[in-house]
Amino acid sequence: MAKKKKLKQHHIDRDWCKGCGICVHFCPKNVLELDEMDKVFAARPEDCIACKLCEIRCPDLAIEIETEEGGS
Amino acid sequence: MSTHDYLRQRFFPHMWCPGCGHGTVLNSLLRAVEQLGMSKNEIVMASGIGCSSRISGYVDFHTLHTLHGRALAFATGVKLSKPELNVIVPMGDGDALAIGGNHFIHACRRNIDITAIVMNNRIYGMTGGQFSPMSGVGINATTAPFSNIDREFDVVKMATAAGATFVARSTTFHAQQATDLIKQAILHEGFSVVEILSQCPTHFGRKNKLGAAADMMQHYKDITVPIGSSKKKDNPDLIERGIFVQEEAPEYCREYDKIIEQAMKG
Ligand code: SF4
Ligand code: SF4
Ligand code: SF4
Repeated sequence: MAKKKKLKQHHIDRDWCKGCGICVHFCPKNVLELDEMDKVFAARPEDCIACKLCEIRCPDLAIEIETEEGGS
Repeated sequence: MSTHDYLRQRFFPHMWCPGCGHGTVLNSLLRAVEQLGMSKNEIVMASGIGCSSRISGYVDFHTLHTLHGRALAFATGVKLSKPELNVIVPMGDGDALAIGGNHFIHACRRNIDITAIVMNNRIYGMTGGQFSPMSGVGINATTAPFSNIDREFDVVKMATAAGATFVARSTTFHAQQATDLIKQAILHEGFSVVEILSQCPTHFGRKNKLGAAADMMQHYKDITVPIGSSKKKDNPDLIERGIFVQEEAPEYCREYDKIIEQAMKG
C-alpha cells in the first residue's frame, strides 16, 4: 500500500477562485473556509489529511495540495 | 507534467459561473490526460457551441471550436486524416443530442475511435436556460415556465443502441471516477461515450430550486448508484454510474485503411 502522504501546503490561486464553496462543503475535515472576499483559505491546515478531494472537484482549478514527499 | 501545464493559463480565470460543473469536468479530464502521460501534441479537441464547448479554448492541445452540434463531424474528418492522434469531443447535452443528435448516433454507429464526453447539465446555459432533450418531465426552464412535458433521452441507452463500443456515466461529485472513465475511454479503440452529470447552478439550479453548486453535487451522490447496486431494485429511479458497454468491434479508420489498400492494388 502507498504510504499516506502528509500535507505540506495548500496552494490557492486567489485570482482563479470564485468562492463557489464546493471545496469547503466537501472537505471531510472542515479545513477550508471562505474569507470576507469570498476566496477560500485553509483555516485549519493542521487537520488536513491531504485527501485532495478539494483539488479534484474544484471547478476553477484554483486549489492544489502539496504533500511532504514532494509529490503532488 | 502537472495538470496546469495542459492549460492555456492566460485565459484564466475561466468564463464559467462560480460552481459550474463544467470546470470540474475540465479538471477530471486534465487529470486523465496527465495520468496517461499524454503529450499535448497528440491530442485534438473539437467542440461545438455552448457553455460546455468553451472547454476547448482552455486546453493547450490542438483545438477546434466549431459549429453547434457538428463537432463530431469535424472530429471525424480530423481522425480520418490523422488516425494517430487522439481526438476528444466534449459536448453539452443540447449540442450532443438536439442540434447534433444525428451526428452523435452516426458516430456511434461507425465506431470511429473518438472519445465523446457529454457534459450533461440538462439545460441550455449559454442562451439563458431553455430546456434541452435531457431536461425531462417536470423541470422548469425559461421555455417551460409551467414545467416541461418533454420526456428526456437517456444518453447511455441511446449511445448503446446506436452502436458505441464504450459507454459510461459518472458525475462531477464522483470526480475521481470521472477521471478513471475518461482514461479508459481514451484508451478504448472505437467510439466511446462518457456522460458526466454536471451542474448548472445559474440556470438549472435556480429555476428548479436545487440550491448552491455544492448542494447540486451532493444531489448527484444521492440519486446515483454504481451499476448493479441492489439499491436500484428498491428505487428504480436511481441513476447508474460506471461502464455499461466495453466491447471490441471493427474500428472505422482501420477499416478505411483496408479499403485504401484494396483500391491501391487496382
Ligand atoms: S472549489 Fe475552487 S473555486 Fe470553489 S471555493 Fe474552492 S477553491 Fe474556490
Ligand atoms: S486535502 Fe482533503 S482534508 Fe485537506 S483541505 Fe482538501 S479536502 Fe480538506
Ligand atoms: S450558465 Fe450554467 S452551464 Fe453556463 S457557465 Fe453558468 S453555470 Fe455553467
